[in-house]
Amino acid sequence: MNRLSTFNIVSLTLGFAFLYIPMLILVIYSFNESKLVTVWAGFSTKWYGELLQNEAMIDAAWVTVKVAFLSSSLATILGTMAAYVMVRRGRFFGRTLFSGMIYAPLVMPEVITGLSLLLLFIAIGLDRGVLTIVLAHTTFAMCYVSVVVSSRLISFDDSLEEAALDLGATQWEAFRLVTLPIIAPAVISGWLLAFTLSLDDLVIASFTSGPSATTLPIKIFSSVRLGVSPEINALSTIIIAIVTVGVLTASIISKRQITRRLQEEAAA
Amino acid sequence: MASSGQAEVFAPWEDPNEVPLIKIAGVTKRFGDFTAIDNVSIDIYRQEFFALLGPSGCGKTTLMRMLAGFETPSEGLISIDGQDMGAVPPNQRAVNMMFQSYALFPHLSVWDNIAFGLRRDGLSKDKVAARVEEMLKLVQLGQFARRKPHQISGGQRQRVALARSLAKAPKLLLLDEPLGALDKKLRQETQFELMDIQEKTGTTFVIVTHDQEEAMTVASRVAVMDHGQLIQVATPEVIYEQPNSVYVADFIGDVNLIEGAVGAIGDGAELLWAEGRAALMGQPGADLSKGSKATFAIRPEKIAISAEEPMDRRNRVQGKILDIGYLGNLSTYHVELPEGPVVKCEVGNRSRIERRDFTWEDEVWLSWSDTAGLVLPG
Ligand SMILES: Nc1ncnc2c1ncn2[C@@H]1O[C@H](COP(=O)(O)OP(=O)(O)O)[C@@H](O)[C@H]1O
Ligand SMILES: [Mg+2]
Repeated sequence: MNRLSTFNIVSLTLGFAFLYIPMLILVIYSFNESKLVTVWAGFSTKWYGELLQNEAMIDAAWVTVKVAFLSSSLATILGTMAAYVMVRRGRFFGRTLFSGMIYAPLVMPEVITGLSLLLLFIAIGLDRGVLTIVLAHTTFAMCYVSVVVSSRLISFDDSLEEAALDLGATQWEAFRLVTLPIIAPAVISGWLLAFTLSLDDLVIASFTSGPSATTLPIKIFSSVRLGVSPEINALSTIIIAIVTVGVLTASIISKRQITRRLQEEAAA
Repeated sequence: MASSGQAEVFAPWEDPNEVPLIKIAGVTKRFGDFTAIDNVSIDIYRQEFFALLGPSGCGKTTLMRMLAGFETPSEGLISIDGQDMGAVPPNQRAVNMMFQSYALFPHLSVWDNIAFGLRRDGLSKDKVAARVEEMLKLVQLGQFARRKPHQISGGQRQRVALARSLAKAPKLLLLDEPLGALDKKLRQETQFELMDIQEKTGTTFVIVTHDQEEAMTVASRVAVMDHGQLIQVATPEVIYEQPNSVYVADFIGDVNLIEGAVGAIGDGAELLWAEGRAALMGQPGADLSKGSKATFAIRPEKIAISAEEPMDRRNRVQGKILDIGYLGNLSTYHVELPEGPVVKCEVGNRSRIERRDFTWEDEVWLSWSDTAGLVLPG
């Protein structure tokens, strides 16, 4: 139908191949019978079984999920508060500086963030473990949350909260009963984003983790240096599945939110 | 108040013993170095339907927001029911506001929107439900109770906003351009509905509008504002018949303005408007000093038009018909005077053949009584 369609198909295929073939190979080899990663010896799920026996791996996975859950929840609270203050409380002294400082970590190289946090933890004598990773991940994820939430708050009608106050609500009630339910989809996307960022992170976690707590990315990275095992492939496949589900959920939520907002705006 | 059996006119502002519900005393509001409200003082009485009227940007919303507690005056005092409002936050004032944008909570149903304020007061479930039902009935929205705001029409949303702000039975209800978003027909219907509801509930209403007809229709008194200043506060009749300034005369309804200087002041006031012409005679609209610049203001419907010179009237001018507008119930004539001004005159069409004798370019006489016009300073 279109003169460019062949060209389009080729470029689409190339693009997607470039992005997804490596992952596809990984997924396929996770079902390989052979111990040798590069030789196909028939279909098997035995590596998934072995993975479940690998306590170090299971521990690391558990730490990762715990860290991701705690840090994303904390980052969501702090990031939402920061966004709220910046967008809703108008101009206050030092606002520009404050907002600049909130967003700076977005462009800061991770190595620097990790290093500075490490120095801080050593300086205050905090033993490295789950707590330090949680704090570190909260620090860098909250900027992302506050970006997501403030972009929603910018289009939020100020008078809604004033109406709540006018009807006798306290500031906190106005936020909890009016603002929060309306911006909830953005807050949830922010949380999911923070969760994924924490799951993914290798650099900052390596700086801030200690012998007592290792996250999955660190575990994978260090075991891969000793050679790729099919177990790692199996593990990676599981992670890919989880991340895919997370991303899909987030995009469905934000799409629904946009549709609903359009409806409501058409009404307003 | 009303003690005798005869129907008494509602005019608490004329009673020196009446205590105003709201006192706005010398209030100024500055945003940075911009003065949005400039030394405004108004007393508003119980059960009044008080209108703030003025062009866009003159500070009407700002004044309302100070009454609601969203802005604090830079100078001056606001008290409601004898209580100084200086340190009282919006959620502790017996004042409710209907926002210009309605500000309905999009995630709550009509029912829950109306119940919102009642629940904040910690009322029991039954009481909340009873009051919400009462409000729904008042604004005739019973069958829409379960809908969300985006599932109802603009006029219905306006009524939900009204019901929500009335639910807590506030001492004072603020309405910021409540009918601005409605089309003309719905607007007029709703104006009468508002008056009806105001009467039924006995609430004091302060309404903001930039539509002078609306203010004249609904209000017990009208405050005309300009650039943050209060120009005149009076009943609609007085605002129309006795404007205290050219600004008010021009803002409210149609008016002919003829510039000149103040002549003799005696029974009435004279305006010298053209060399060698008899002075125009009118009522002084404010303090005048002889010789100062002044404007003669006369409403089009107070001017008579005739072919012969009306010798019995002092105020008579001759001119040529420039334009005729036939509006069904009345005709308007634009008459150009040789001295320059174009005067508009409006004549009711009482019989079907009346006034058909004038046509374009005709030389006609315009005249009015000594008390029909006003001489205003400036
Ligand atoms: N928060 C504010 N900061 C600065 N200027 C404001 C603020 N609110 C209102 N103004 C200014 O005050 C003036 C009066 O505004 P407003 O009361 O909304 O007028 P109206 O309701 O009569 O149209 C306008 O010029 C507006 O720009
Ligand atoms: Mg306004």
